[in-house]
This record gives sequence, C-alpha cells and structure tokens, in this order.
Amino acid sequence: MKTRSALLLGSLSAALVAFALTSPRVVAADKVDPVADAKAFQNFFFQKFPNVKHEDFVNGPYSMNEDMKRQWQEKEEFPPYEFSLDAGKEMFATPFKNGKTYGDCFPNGGIGIRQNYPYFDTGEGKVVTLELALNRCREANGEAPYSYVRDEMASLTAYMAYTSRGKLMDIKIPDDPRALEAFENGKRYFYTRRGQLNFSCASCHVQSPGERIRAEILAPALGIVNAMPIYRSEWSGMGTISRRFVTCNSQTRAVPQEPQSDDYRDVEYFLSYVANGLPISGPGSRP
Amino acid sequence: MKLSLPLAILLSLSLAPAARAANEADYKAAYAAAEAASKEAAGMRNQWTVTVAALAAAKKAADGGDFDRAMAASREAEALAKASIFQATSEKEAWKAMEIR
Repeated sequence: MKTRSALLLGSLSAALVAFALTSPRVVAADKVDPVADAKAFQNFFFQKFPNVKHEDFVNGPYSMNEDMKRQWQEKEEFPPYEFSLDAGKEMFATPFKNGKTYGDCFPNGGIGIRQNYPYFDTGEGKVVTLELALNRCREANGEAPYSYVRDEMASLTAYMAYTSRGKLMDIKIPDDPRALEAFENGKRYFYTRRGQLNFSCASCHVQSPGERIRAEILAPALGIVNAMPIYRSEWSGMGTISRRFVTCNSQTRAVPQEPQSDDYRDVEYFLSYVANGLPISGPGSRP
Repeated sequence: MKLSLPLAILLSLSLAPAARAANEADYKAAYAAAEAASKEAAGMRNQWTVTVAALAAAKKAADGGDFDRAMAASREAEALAKASIFQATSEKEAWKAMEIR
C-alpha cells in the first residue's frame, strides 16, 4: 500500500513539475510580441539571402536577380511612374474648393512622412493607412473620396512616398491591446491560406522569394510595402497597396475584401512594422 | 436464363429514376444547398471566386431551361463552398505552422 501511495505521489509530482516547466512556454508563445516578431522576420530574410544588402530588400524582385536589377536600373533613368509622380505633385499642391490643401491634413505639410504610415489611431481604435488618411482628408474638405485602386490615389501616394525616399520605415505600436490585436490580426491574415489555390501571402513572399511564378520573380515580403505604390507593366499603370492586396487575393481565387477593410489595414500594419529600419523606395516599378 | 430476364427488368426499373433528367425542383434544392454553403463561407470571409462563378453558371443554365447543367453546376458550387469552409476552419490554427519565429 505504501509503495502504491509513493508511486502515485511521485507521478503527481512529476506531472506538476512537467506542467510548471511547459506552461510558461505556452503563455510566451501566445503573447503578442511585435519586437520579437520583427526581429525574427528580418533575420529570416537576412539569413536566407546573405548576399543581399539589407536596404536592398525594398527593391523586391530586383534584389533577388542580378539581370533584372541591371535592367531596372537602366529603366530608372526614365521611370514609368514619372507621369504619375508629376500628376501627384500637382494634385497635392492644388487647393480644394474650400481653399485648403492635402498639406493641411498631415504633419509637416504631408512632406517626408510616408515612413510613419500606417499608424494606430488610439481614438478610433483602428489602423489608419496613408490611402485612408488621404480620402478622409478629401471628405473632411468637402471632396468626394478617390477609388483606392485607381490612378488618382496612386499618384498622390507616389508623390508622398517620393518625398520620403531614403527615410527609414518607422511604424509605432502603442501600448494598447487593440493595437497589438491589429498587429496580430495582420500577421494572421498574412500567414493564412485562402482561395482555391490554397495560398497564403507567405506561400509566395516568404517561402518562395526569388523563385519564378510563371514569368515573374517573386518579391520577398520584407520591405515589400516600402516600394509602394508601384507601376506594373502587367497592369500598364500604377497600383496602390489596396490594389496589390485585392489582386493577390484574386490570383489565388479568393474573393477579395473591400479595399481598406480591417484585415487589409491590419496586414499593411504588420508588413510595415516588420520592415522598420528599411528605407522607403516608393514609388517603384515592377514587371 | 428465364429467371435472369425479369431480374434485369426489375433492375433497370429500379435504376431508371436515378438516370432521369433533372427538373426545376431538383435544381432549386441543389442550388439552395449550394447557396447556403456559399453564404457560410462568405460569413467566414473565405469565399472563393470559383464558387461564385459556379453559382452564376447554375443560375444561367436554369434560366435557359437546362436543368441537368444547372444541377451539375450547383453541386460543383456546393462542393467548392464546403472546401472553402474546411479551409477556413483548419486555417484558424494551421496558419501558425507557417509563421516565422
């Protein structure tokens, strides 16, 4: 009887010790830790592509392929986004009907601030992207909002990105559980498989950057938003971040969400935060 | 041999209803099932474009009176919608396996 009790007590103690040892790890794994996530994210790409300069990841497929890079560098002498950039500059400076301008809606008159978007608005409890802020500025000044996937929005964001070129992405996550949840939701969206093709964003941009998908070379996820908006030869025009998310979803045969849905805003927040410290290179051009 | 002929007739009679052409009622039941599954997938924010296309094809075929084709498209839509529901359910946890840590 004594032996049986001793065995039982021993097993119980062993189980308690095992629980005590494993439970902190479970808690740690579930805790949202953007700093650790960003570090792990960047290290993954730095180790996978040791020959790519860190600041070069923002150049997407050109950082993965020397031939493409040379062609792109030549194309940059007369970049295809130049018309859009000029149009954006003019639009940005043109007053609304009430006499105010976009500059009145943004810090520093809207110049050199791209690296701070998206940000988490603690008043609203949601992520605010640059595209969303631009349309809110228009509406606040009595103007109709632009389509998130068309040329006007791309031109405006192209100009604003251009004034931030070289500045390092600097996204903040305030000490607010809603901000952490937005980051986590963006991360979840990024890694979740969807569509009939069963692809997640990560299937292409984490597992396969540098590989070909049909005729194209896939860009790494690290720094992918730093080059936005982009001129795409495939589109014969400019594309916003919204347009990129919508088309990515469609290509996997998933019904896309509405531009600037909570999920899209959150995934932009996640992708921008993990690119902190890398330069803004937008507007970009892609095949 | 005499026994096998009545048996064959009985068998063909029993199979006959399964081989008959689909009618409007069959199509409506199949379409309703597909639409319900599709709505469930959309509620999970995981609708597939091919499901939407199959539903549209079913409706178009039914409008043209081709209920066989409408039934086939409805069944395809339901199968696709159910696959997307399975995907959304399993991905609630499975996405973590892809995460960079």
